[in-house]
Amino acid sequence: MKSVRSFDYTMSDIKITIIDREGEAHLVDAPTDMNMNLMEVIRLHELAPEGTIGICGGMAMCASCQCYILNKDHLLPEKSYEEEDMLDQAFFTQENSRLSCQIPMDKELEGLEVKIAPFNSD
Amino acid sequence: MIKTDMLIIGAGPTGLFAVFEAGLLKLKCHLIDALPQPGGQCSEIYPKKPIYDIPAFPEILAGDLVDNLMEQIRPFEPGFTLGERAETIEKLDDGSFIVTTSEGTKHQAPVVVIAGGLGSFEPRKPPIPNIAKFENNGVAYMIKEPEDYRNKRIVIAGGGDSALDWAIYLSEIASEVSLVHRRNEFRGALDSVEKVSELSKIGKINLITEAEVVGLNGAEGLESVVIRQKGDASEEEIKETDYFIPLFGLSPKLGPIANWGLEIEKNAIKVDNSYDYQTNIPGIYAIGDVNTYPGKLKLILCGFHEAAIMCQSAYQRIFPEKKYVMKYTTVSGVNGFDGSKKEAKREVVKSIN
Repeated sequence: MKSVRSFDYTMSDIKITIIDREGEAHLVDAPTDMNMNLMEVIRLHELAPEGTIGICGGMAMCASCQCYILNKDHLLPEKSYEEEDMLDQAFFTQENSRLSCQIPMDKELEGLEVKIAPFNSD
Repeated sequence: MIKTDMLIIGAGPTGLFAVFEAGLLKLKCHLIDALPQPGGQCSEIYPKKPIYDIPAFPEILAGDLVDNLMEQIRPFEPGFTLGERAETIEKLDDGSFIVTTSEGTKHQAPVVVIAGGLGSFEPRKPPIPNIAKFENNGVAYMIKEPEDYRNKRIVIAGGGDSALDWAIYLSEIASEVSLVHRRNEFRGALDSVEKVSELSKIGKINLITEAEVVGLNGAEGLESVVIRQKGDASEEEIKETDYFIPLFGLSPKLGPIANWGLEIEKNAIKVDNSYDYQTNIPGIYAIGDVNTYPGKLKLILCGFHEAAIMCQSAYQRIFPEKKYVMKYTTVSGVNGFDGSKKEAKREVVKSIN
């Protein structure tokens, strides 16, 4: 939908690649001017079913938004104590695991590639 | 049998505030919650976190919000069934419902309100293929009766507080305790970490770090676990044990209410938001984070609003013949079931002679 605003905001979108749990890659727009994190971008584009991602709402208190970071990991903020703690208890973790709710969308992340980790249905 | 006017499933902020709105209409409430304390997520997950979008509270800690709600509803003397999960629902001929919990406690009410948030908190189960086969047969996700483990061999997995605390506790009771954790470092309380390290040095706890339990073996009951070092399949060890106790924290699940015949969409219960937040089953309402409708926002303030609207409809259902006129608390005060009365101070009119 076209904005009714007289000036264009879309300049602040970046393109990132998100590989869903079925292995399909999606090149999507991620706004950088709306205080969004990566988990919210995944939900915005409905790339994982409701109830299987971002269950705690983005407080690093579940691990349902775990992603594997495939590039640009040096540009991401350090893990907080809470995030380390949660990844400690999570399953399917790898060296490049992050909680996507702890990754703010920033212009520097243009071209970021991530894969959503499996959901532990139990 | 516990009998009440309105049976509320979920004692989070929305469920608690529903008690207040119901109380204004002189309806008695009883709440069921799987957690051992009221407050839902606010108490269980983030009691020390601030919330900034409760109207008229520029900032309030989640735990304080729950304390305030408990104080606000105290005059309406709600009943609580805590630490039990609502399992089944049955509709009687008179239109009332019977809800039975995991512990078998029965509750009867003409109106059931599901304010279950994200669902009930359940232990996280590790993704080991045949784990279900050994549940209650060597695998336990929580420790109910420590004495069951006397003189047994136990493998605990996890690196948080509960894994550490139970390893310490059971090291006194069990014949052998192994603690398996994926990392070298533990994130529990400092005292517990130090205690575990001490017990490990004197051989009371067998500490296995940078390792994971990846398999379970046994003909009937559990006989051994497969422990993999550093994620490398070549470094696997088979350890004989009587019990395997994975302690990886809790996560919310919609749980048994998903099988109550309610219309579910996007892991939430569909309700009529144009009127009263009733579900597809008349007499069962759903409010707060557990429901969904076009434009739904999962905010505490929206749960409060839904609670107030729902109570009006619930009142009509319980007293079809009565007409209720909405009253303002500023005008009518709050009359508690405990005989307490809160009201605005009246101006005294007195002539001066």
